[in-house]
Amino acid sequence: MMDDYNEKVIDNFRNPKNMGSMDNPDAEGEVGNPTCGDIMKVFLKIDNNIIKDIKVKTFGCVAAIATSSKMTELALGKTLEEAKDLTRDMVAKELGGLPAQKMHCSNLSVEALHKAIDNYQKKHMTKEHTTD
Amino acid sequence: MKVYLDNGATTMTDPQVSDTMAKYFTEVYGNASSLHSFGKSAKEALDISRRIIADSFNADSREIIFTSGGTESDNLAIKGVARALKDKGNHIITSKIEHPAVLNSCKSLEKEGFRITYLDVDENAFIDLNQLKESITAETILVTLMHANNEVGTIQPIRRIGQICKDNNIIFHTDAVQSYTKVDIDTKKIPVDLISISSHKIHGPKGVGALYIKKGTPLTKLSDGGSHEFDVRAGTENISGIVGFAKSVDLSTPEHIKLQNRLKDQLIDGIQRSIPDTVLNGPRDNRLCSNINISFRYIEGESLLMHLDMKEIAVSTGSACSSKKLEPSHVLLAMGIRPEHAHGSIRFTISRFTTKEEIDYTIDTLKPIVEKLRAISPLK
Repeated sequence: MMDDYNEKVIDNFRNPKNMGSMDNPDAEGEVGNPTCGDIMKVFLKIDNNIIKDIKVKTFGCVAAIATSSKMTELALGKTLEEAKDLTRDMVAKELGGLPAQKMHCSNLSVEALHKAIDNYQKKHMTKEHTTD
Repeated sequence: MKVYLDNGATTMTDPQVSDTMAKYFTEVYGNASSLHSFGKSAKEALDISRRIIADSFNADSREIIFTSGGTESDNLAIKGVARALKDKGNHIITSKIEHPAVLNSCKSLEKEGFRITYLDVDENAFIDLNQLKESITAETILVTLMHANNEVGTIQPIRRIGQICKDNNIIFHTDAVQSYTKVDIDTKKIPVDLISISSHKIHGPKGVGALYIKKGTPLTKLSDGGSHEFDVRAGTENISGIVGFAKSVDLSTPEHIKLQNRLKDQLIDGIQRSIPDTVLNGPRDNRLCSNINISFRYIEGESLLMHLDMKEIAVSTGSACSSKKLEPSHVLLAMGIRPEHAHGSIRFTISRFTTKEEIDYTIDTLKPIVEKLRAISPLK
């Protein structure tokens, strides 16, 4: 199992970036469930359609933590549209690849990000509608 | 400090064992079946080794068959008895927490038309003797239940299980790979027909094991070949491995069990004192001296294992993420442990070479790692 992780993955696992929670986030998104063993929760600060700050909390294996960290680095500073174009494969590629069995169960952080953006846009749209 | 706490997976070969084995590669290398002096020397070593294993069960030498390890012993016992008795009945009883060598042997027999009952276990992984009794039918030919569990160390009430089988005239096999040399089985006192054991779990070499077969037990051999091992297991005997196995049995003493029990208590108490939200999986009593299995709530086992590995502490986990199947341990699930707690389980298995200092270091190292992983967990 271990030898399937490359050095980049291990390095991101050892020193994950943007981990933890956030006070008063503009949006949150959570994916996964305890049964499968991976849960990711993403917090966003959004200003002028741009991700100004991002934090993630992750329950999961080495791949789950490494991909969570890499996802935050890819998303930070992007517009919401650009962030929505991020995919699992892009995260995995940035990490130099993941063991095959980890691609679908542990590489969920992009979905948590997309969920947070969806939540933000829904909220935002409803607000626009109500102000109209 | 390098700390090896995965002795349930395999153990270091005792240097006294490897020293003893050396001459059986280069000096006593004969085939035990040969009639010349080279063969006789090998045969003599084989006989002495067989006597040592037999004595450990208070059994007759002819009741010990050497194999390639625990897996082969389990396969030989289960498939061998089932096929020998297939005209008598087609029902076998086992449990949900067996080693894959037993579970998959049973699965394989299902395809041959046998019916298997998988007994439940309680929250501490003990089987229910009443369920065992109720599962027995006129068709039941074999009960196979492990002596001690490899993941959580639970020691089953083997005497009572054996008695139930004897009363019902059913063959009883036990996989004693984890308990061998740690919990005695006196075959004159405990009614058991077959016992699987393995060398590399007790500081002997890998690739050798044995099966105790009570005299008169019907068994069909698995591999066709010569008439080695009383015509039960074909193939030239692995003399060096067998000699090493016997040496490792010779070297184990009751003192080692006392030492491991002390270290086990030290590790369990130390972790539970210094780290909150930790749960011991399996019983505190009737547990192997070498096994500690703890769930660290809110975190996942593979991450914890990898951080410990970076600090040169080797453990194992029941987390799905570390298995190719991506399912949590079947043992922990059968015990009714919630999947998220099973994911956070770590197994520490000690040996007679484990020291108090290593346990102290492990406890001290665990604390900050668990805190770090909990700080980033959405469950906490």
